[in-house]
Amino acid sequence: MKAKASDHSAHILPLRIYLGVGFALFILTGITVMISFVDLGGWNVTVALAVASIKAALVVLFFMHLLYDNKIYLTIFLTAIGFLAILIIFTMFDTMERGRLYPEKAKPIKPGAAIYEREDSLSSRSVDTTKTDH
Amino acid sequence: MSESHTHPAHLAHHFSDVEQQRESAKFGMWVFLLTEVLLFGGLFMAYAIYRAWNPDMFYNAHKALNIYMGTANTFVLIASSVTMALSIRSMQLDKRKQTIGFLIATLALACIFLVIKYFEYSHKFHVGQLPGKYYSYTGIKGTNPHIFFGIYFGMTGLHGLHVLAGMSAIVWVLIKTVKKKFSAEYYTPVEMVGLYWHLVDLIWIFLFPLLYLIG
Amino acid sequence: MSEAVAEKNYLNDPKGWKSWVFTLDHKRIGILYLASITAAFFLGGVFAVLIRLELLNPGQDLMGPDTYNQIFTLHGAVMIFLFIIPSIPAALGNFFLPLLIGAKDVAFPRLNLASYYIYVFGSMFAVYSIFTGAVDTGWTFYTPYSTETQTSVIPMTLGAFILGFSSIFTGLNFIVTIHKMRIPGMTWYKLPLFVWALYATAIIQVVATPVLGITLLLLIFERVFSVGIFNPDMGGDPVLFQHFFWFYSHPAVYIMILPGMGIISELIATFSHKKIFGYKAIAFSSLGIAFISFLVWGHHMFVSGQSELAAMIFSFLTFLVGIPSGIKVFNWITTLYKGQIHFDTPMLYALSFLFLFTIGGLTGIFLGALATDVHLHDTYFVVAHFHYVMMGGTVMAFLGGLHYWWPKMFGKMYNHFWSVIAMILVFVGFNVTFFSQFILGSQGMPRRYYNYLDQFQPLHAFSTIGSWILGAGFIIMAIYLIHSLFKGRKASDNPWGGLTFEWATGSPPPHHNFKVTPKMTHGPYDYDKVLVEQTDY
Repeated sequence: MKAKASDHSAHILPLRIYLGVGFALFILTGITVMISFVDLGGWNVTVALAVASIKAALVVLFFMHLLYDNKIYLTIFLTAIGFLAILIIFTMFDTMERGRLYPEKAKPIKPGAAIYEREDSLSSRSVDTTKTDH
Repeated sequence: MSESHTHPAHLAHHFSDVEQQRESAKFGMWVFLLTEVLLFGGLFMAYAIYRAWNPDMFYNAHKALNIYMGTANTFVLIASSVTMALSIRSMQLDKRKQTIGFLIATLALACIFLVIKYFEYSHKFHVGQLPGKYYSYTGIKGTNPHIFFGIYFGMTGLHGLHVLAGMSAIVWVLIKTVKKKFSAEYYTPVEMVGLYWHLVDLIWIFLFPLLYLIG
Repeated sequence: MSEAVAEKNYLNDPKGWKSWVFTLDHKRIGILYLASITAAFFLGGVFAVLIRLELLNPGQDLMGPDTYNQIFTLHGAVMIFLFIIPSIPAALGNFFLPLLIGAKDVAFPRLNLASYYIYVFGSMFAVYSIFTGAVDTGWTFYTPYSTETQTSVIPMTLGAFILGFSSIFTGLNFIVTIHKMRIPGMTWYKLPLFVWALYATAIIQVVATPVLGITLLLLIFERVFSVGIFNPDMGGDPVLFQHFFWFYSHPAVYIMILPGMGIISELIATFSHKKIFGYKAIAFSSLGIAFISFLVWGHHMFVSGQSELAAMIFSFLTFLVGIPSGIKVFNWITTLYKGQIHFDTPMLYALSFLFLFTIGGLTGIFLGALATDVHLHDTYFVVAHFHYVMMGGTVMAFLGGLHYWWPKMFGKMYNHFWSVIAMILVFVGFNVTFFSQFILGSQGMPRRYYNYLDQFQPLHAFSTIGSWILGAGFIIMAIYLIHSLFKGRKASDNPWGGLTFEWATGSPPPHHNFKVTPKMTHGPYDYDKVLVEQTDY
């Protein structure tokens, strides 16, 4: 039994992996903050999320050992992400597509109920929603 | 129990060996982390939908957040993740004193995170950037900026609660480590708390760009 | 335990009330759950009888509209959150899952006990809300009404939130138990089908329930701060609440029905004394139902104002649920074919499940069709449909399982004659109560109204009479089951001639489940290879 247990703890990662991953996370944080000051049009979100995903992958694979452990744990983690994606995407099939057939569906449920409604002019940013400009 | 050969003290009676017990704990922890991901997932969905409906308001409102404090907190939390991972590594090498040191460092970093968060929150309370009907700030253009702050406080508040829960768990394993309950043979609770702490970090890794960097 | 020299089993060893209150034994926790859900079922049943009584005549007789709203909300909330979700998994599943896979206990016994006390704690919130003005939103807590009503929504939602944790812990425990605690040699394809069903259920529990948690938290957040996520006065979108809510609550319907289907697989195989037909198809259809259940929630929202695109996608995906459900029903019927069928009480429940669930399932297909749903939405047709699935399906399966495993759980046989009488009363009473509601619904009787037009009265009266027959059936059942505990004939270890492991140990089982750890000598349904006889007929 002891042989088995110590067998398992043979999984000890070298120190440089932890420090290296930590360093990479710091660098990536720096990069993403700096990029956020640059206007990339619609791409800022994409870049920020891409960097965040890389950081998350580093944490999950190295700090949480998913790269080395039984792949069932990775499966569980990806299941969570998969169901979360279903939740968000399917809901957006509704929220982003209202008003195709009956335009009044696209309006807020109670127009005029918004308490801070203002006409403001930020037309430089691409506005492609059915809800903001009423 | 009734079996004659010696069992390690930490082996519960219904498991047949240590390996089964350890893997069960880990499996359970991962399933628990799955539930955590989906719990936060609801807030991410609220964020995604309101942001898609009100991109301008979100852009304007996010400027009210302090990007330097947010960045500092990101660094703090990543550092705490590193120290947490190292505490487990020291445990695997049976260096108990080092483990204690790294756990205390993790706790200290978590405290720093909360202190910074406290300053951010108190500033927002002061100027009235609050959720819903308590919102009284007037400097943000766009429709319904109180929704942004509702989501902001919801997400960071729930995350903050998880930081607190994680800290309690770290204190618990710290005490048990000091009492010499763990060794290279058996350190499952430390490992589980580590997984939880990394998840807290993971969520912040997404909260940070979504709330602070949406430029 | 009246016998002078009682055999040592989990019921009498160890002794004392403390050994029950702090028990870590999955069997005792299962019994605690069984007692609690029975109490919840009784409470919900009383509300149901009151609803039917009010609806006996048009106009106000028993209660006014506000009280009526509270009563049907409580009926729904109690039956769903306190009874049907924990019913099969937490009571029967807890008791039998480790036995079925030859384990000594579930993977996390402390978590198991915690889940029970969290259940009790959450139930107390729900009961507390009854005394502080109740809730009149319906069990669905739809916004914007739930953010405006003066009734005590917050205690009830907090209660449901806490009950969610209980459900998550049970699910988590089961997943790990099934993965890690099977005895050597029990491969995935040698698992009893009830275990497969519990596994699929547990997946839904851990994936969907956290979303309910955050939904209810956001609802409380909305009531306290008016954050504007669901509240239209503050720029929120009430339809979004329905997405949040049904992402949990539609899969939750399968948390309710899947374990029932698992029990039916066991019952049909045991009482036909025949190898189950299409083992893998039944096993994977459970997982298939679990997965598809996450893709169809929008069919509750066809008239709520969601986009036409979403409605079409959800309608299409809803039809897919029919495939794995149909596979199951076909396999069960094929198992019956040329089997040696014994019509014992559990089998009678299994057969009525087949009949009633098929009606419930097919009417679900009607409701999943977009155009039909516009006509039938929020009518008694919907009420009848989900009662055919939930009561005709889950409750019948639960009762079947209860009668099947009663001798194992308590070591006593109930009275055969009275159990058949009760079964017939429940079956007849159920159909009288709810079939009339299909007709009422298709004629346009809306749900959740305390009053109705005179033309609906005959069917309403018919339905109310059915509820009395149903009640009589349950009262008889309670009497003979309680009687059997004290005066019942002692049950043999394997009264029905089952091949799964729970029948290989004592009735009731000893503290650590098995005196000798069982060995995999045959599969769970190898009636073609192993000769077992029904000893208790």
